[in-house]
Amino acid sequence: MKFVTVAGPPSSGKTAVLIHTIRHLLEDGTKVVVGKIDCLGTNDGEKYQKLGIPVIVGLSGDICPDHFYVPNLEVIFNWAKEKSAHIAILETAGLCHRCAPAIKGCLAISVVDNLSNIDVPQKIGPMLSTADIVVITKGDIVSQAEREVYRRKMELINPGAEILEVNGLTGKGSLLLKTSIMQAADVDTITGRELRSSMPACVCSYCTGEKRIGKSFQLGYIKKIEATETKGGGG
Amino acid sequence: MGEDIRKITLIGGTTKSGDKETIERLEIHKGDIITLVGPTGSGKSELLSDIEQLARGDTPSNRAVILNDGELNRWGRQMVAQLSQAMNFVLDMPVEDFLELHASSRGTSNNPVIEEVMGLTNSLSGEPIDARDNITSLSGGQSRALMIADIAVISDAPVVLIDEIENAGINRLMALEILSAKGKIVIVASHDPLIILMAQKRIVMHNGGMFKVLERNKQEGEILKKLIVMDNELSALRDTLRRGGSAGIAGAAVNCRVQAHEADGGDH
Ligand SMILES: Nc1nc2c(ncn2[C@@H]2O[C@H](COP(=O)(O)OP(=O)(O)OP(=O)(O)O)[C@@H](O)[C@H]2O)c(=O)[nH]1
Ligand SMILES: [Mg+2]
Ligand SMILES: [Zn+2]
Ligand SMILES: [Zn+2]
Repeated sequence: MKFVTVAGPPSSGKTAVLIHTIRHLLEDGTKVVVGKIDCLGTNDGEKYQKLGIPVIVGLSGDICPDHFYVPNLEVIFNWAKEKSAHIAILETAGLCHRCAPAIKGCLAISVVDNLSNIDVPQKIGPMLSTADIVVITKGDIVSQAEREVYRRKMELINPGAEILEVNGLTGKGSLLLKTSIMQAADVDTITGRELRSSMPACVCSYCTGEKRIGKSFQLGYIKKIEATETKGGGG
Repeated sequence: MGEDIRKITLIGGTTKSGDKETIERLEIHKGDIITLVGPTGSGKSELLSDIEQLARGDTPSNRAVILNDGELNRWGRQMVAQLSQAMNFVLDMPVEDFLELHASSRGTSNNPVIEEVMGLTNSLSGEPIDARDNITSLSGGQSRALMIADIAVISDAPVVLIDEIENAGINRLMALEILSAKGKIVIVASHDPLIILMAQKRIVMHNGGMFKVLERNKQEGEILKKLIVMDNELSALRDTLRRGGSAGIAGAAVNCRVQAHEADGGDH
């Protein structure tokens, strides 16, 4: 079974791109299942169900979405195997911007859109730099110059990645994405595999639902800003 | 850069009903301007999309697109530049910074290139822009002119695909001529008679397929001349009325008058 993670900022077009891509996979008779990890709520489950494929949705709720994601990888992997899937695709949303869900040995896709500010690639560095494929969406509504500038940015951040421009509305470009997914390696198990980048450390009272502000409510791993003024543009 | 795209060849596939496309093979050369005509839903956008994706019988149309004589099967760099009415600038910065950013991302810095883009933009657009203007504050016509000039000069994509080029106060004929003169293959889907007849050749789309290829005939050439005169009159009229002038009829032609003190700067 191929296990594919798909990450990207909110509303970048992950689901839209995947729906077109999965349609191509299904046309070839490939058995696809989809998982979606999110924080509070999502309609993506229903969207994938419309394709007539098995779907599993996990919401992290009170738990840090990053820390929710990792322990549930085995659950989703084993579920997908039970469904005898050829390809399991896991769309992750709600992960913090310093995190990336990519797993060593499993195809990692990141989806970004052309509308985001030119600095966004820096803000979500690990998510882009750990990806095997970077998909850029929404090229239909920006200028050619901006498409080229974005593409170049991605090439600089992740020189080894395959960069694909896909239109989430019409599906243009999704055929190439399908072809690349088909070339991914098969994996027998996910147990023992490693994330490509680490998750942030955090075990504090807020992790478990504390809401009150103040020193006496703070337990566990706490890091404080040094209260000195930033000089000269921050950076 | 060594390799160059001299031509692309479209190999016909199937129509929406699965029949063989009437046009089995069509070659388009460097500098050619080709228009696509046909009602909405006849397959114009799909043909553009096949070219963009370098289809190899793997798209719904089953068409194939061949580069040069087939010795290239993939174009390493950006092959296609695109322009459509839905496109807007979203980056918020002065025009010159924007062009600088684009030029440096292409590795082709900088000043002469930016000056060339500004010059072309201002010859295409009725309302000149300043290099210090913010790109997001440009009018529709100014944005379109800037996008075209930028594609012509900075983007090195050898193929330009245009999905309708609206009459937003820019000189559309000059725009297409500039792209062609830069050695691009220009393919335009359009409903506009002026644009359609401007091309030597047009592909008539029907039911998802390339139905026939028409060359501009002698009579159409005459009609084109008339359309150009009409288009110029229309532009002049638009300009005059916008500047607060009055219009009249002199013989067969529209006569535009803007009093000297009303004309701001007297560009073009
Ligand atoms: N114009 C345009 N719109 C797009 C494109 N791709 C996606 N969209 C639209 O962008 C919106 C968000 O797309 P989604 O696919 O739901 O985004 P997502 O990344 O899955 O979002 P979350 O799962 O909520 O993080 C939808 O309204 C899509 O129709 C594109 O290429 N062009
Ligand atoms: Mg989604
Ligand atoms: Zn995180
Ligand atoms: Zn915590």
